[in-house]
Parts: sequence; C-alpha cells; structure tokens
Amino acid sequence: MSAHETTISHEHHEEHASMTKSLIWKVFFILLGVTLVEFFIALYALPHHWFSQEIANFVYIALTIVKAAYIVAYFMHLKFEKIGLIIGVVLPIVFLVYFVALMIIEGNHLLFSIK
Amino acid sequence: MSTVAHLEEEVKSSAWSGGKSPFSVEYGKLMMWFFLLSDVFTFSALLIFYGAMRFKSHSWPDPDVVFKSVPGVEHGEYPLVFVGIMTFILIASSVTMVLAVEAGHRNSRKEVLNWMILTIIGGFTFLGCQAWEWSHLIHEGMSLHHNPFINADGSTGAVQFGQLFFVITGFHGFHVFTGVIINIIITINVLIGTYERRGHYLMVEKVGLYWHFVDLVWVFVFTLFYLV
Repeated sequence: MSAHETTISHEHHEEHASMTKSLIWKVFFILLGVTLVEFFIALYALPHHWFSQEIANFVYIALTIVKAAYIVAYFMHLKFEKIGLIIGVVLPIVFLVYFVALMIIEGNHLLFSIK
Repeated sequence: MSTVAHLEEEVKSSAWSGGKSPFSVEYGKLMMWFFLLSDVFTFSALLIFYGAMRFKSHSWPDPDVVFKSVPGVEHGEYPLVFVGIMTFILIASSVTMVLAVEAGHRNSRKEVLNWMILTIIGGFTFLGCQAWEWSHLIHEGMSLHHNPFINADGSTGAVQFGQLFFVITGFHGFHVFTGVIINIIITINVLIGTYERRGHYLMVEKVGLYWHFVDLVWVFVFTLFYLV
C-alpha cells in the first residue's frame, strides 16, 4: 500500500515538473503569435483581398481552437492529468458539435424563409 | 457474504476509497473542472445562439467599423487596436497566474504573492478597458434594444447586435470580476500564510483553473465578435 502511494506521489511530482517556466513562456509566445496571425489576416490580408471573408472566418475559428487547446492543455495543466480526467472533460464537448449543426440548420431555414 | 465484505474492504483501501481521487487530483480540483465544464455549456449556448443569429441575417455590422476607437484619440480609426490590447492584457494575466501556480509548487510564498498581485492588476486593467469600451458604445447609442450601426452591406443594422454584444461580453466581464475577487481572497490567504501552514498551494491551482477559463472564453468572444 505504501509502495503504491509512493508511486502516485512520485508520478504527481513528475507531472508538475513538466510545467516549467520556460514552457510557460513558450506557450505564451505561441498564443501571442497566433493572435498576431489573426490580426495580420484582419488588418492586412483581408483589405488586400488575398482571400474571401468566408475563408478567413474558417481560419479564425481554427486558430481560436488551436489557442484554446494550448490554454487548456498547458495553462490548465490538463495534458499532464490522468487520461480518465482528460476524457471526462473533453468528451462532453462533442455535444457542442451537434448543437452547432442544429443551429446552422435552423439559421439556414430562417435565412431562406424570411425575406 | 464474506467475499462481499472482502471486496468492500479492498475497494475502501484502494485508490477508490474516497480518500484518494482515482484521477489523482484533489476533490476540490475535480469539482472545479466539473463546474468549468458546466460553464463551457453556458457560454457555448450564448455564443452558438449569437452565431445562429448572424447566420440567419443577410448582413451584419462590420466589427472594423464598430470597434475602431481607442481612448484618448478623438475620431480615430484604429480597428482592433484597443481590443488587441485587451486580449494581450488577459493572456499576460493568464501567464502570471500560471507562474504563481509554478511558484506554489516550489512553496515559494513571496513569488506566489508577487505573481498573484500582477494577475489581479491585469484583471482590473482588463475590466477598466471593458468599462471604457462599454461606455463608449453606449455613448454612441448602442443599447440592449437599439443598434446605431449599419450592416456591412449598407442596410439597417441588425437590432440583436447590441443585445448579443452586451449580454455576452457582460457575462464574460462578470466572470472576470468574480475571478478578480476570488484572486484577491486567495492573495490575502497567501499573505497571511494560510497555505504555508497547510504545506501546499493547491488553492492557487484551483483559482488558476478558473482564471484560465476566463481567458479561454475571451479567446472565443474575441474571435466571434471582433474578427468574424
């Protein structure tokens, strides 16, 4: 029993050791860089008609999910938790995909029925 | 019967005894995750409804036109500059929070205190920026039931715009406000040495989770209101 507990506390210690100061700053600069890319698209690429607003919207949302993943994985430390907790937190988000699909269908209906 | 009793004994003495979490996180931290998950669904409901409202409209006010003002500059046209500063402040305060957590792992009370104070300053600065933006937009005539801005295609502006903006950024701002209050309480506890006596800084980690969540929501609000 005591050996078991030592293993857990040892693992726990290793988990925390993985989130070092240098990694924190690395994640910060990744988040900052992604935000700057978003600004570049909004303030330079779009006014110069590199691509359409529709494509930009997809890029914005993709980059936002990238940022969200970095915040949750590193800042919220989820990447270093047990797999059970990761699944428990991330899996319910699947319902949101259905919610989004539902509201797009609804919005589409409203768009074409109300003129 | 004795086998059942034996099994029960085994369960109680193993990792599932209740004394130790099977996820090897503390009870309070696990509950914080569950609370945040429920908050994810609240914010998602608001943001996805906002998305549906935009999707059903032929056109929508152009964010580069609506959010173009910076404090101290009269009639300036700087799209996204001010909100960019706000985003930077919130991400920076998230970093100071995670540095406070990191210092907590080393049981360094002084460092935790410094980073927590910086986090609180970041939170108040963000709230101040948001208060300025709100008062500026209200001054321009935007309210819960009125939208003075025309759509990007020149037609009359969508009336829901004001309501969606104020309700969603207001709900987020309320989270920032409560986050700052909780941060202050935790900082006072660090100051008087509560966690030093306890031997660990797990409370800083828990409030840190909440603070990062506030930052996480802002990332989505920023994209969906100011960029898309």
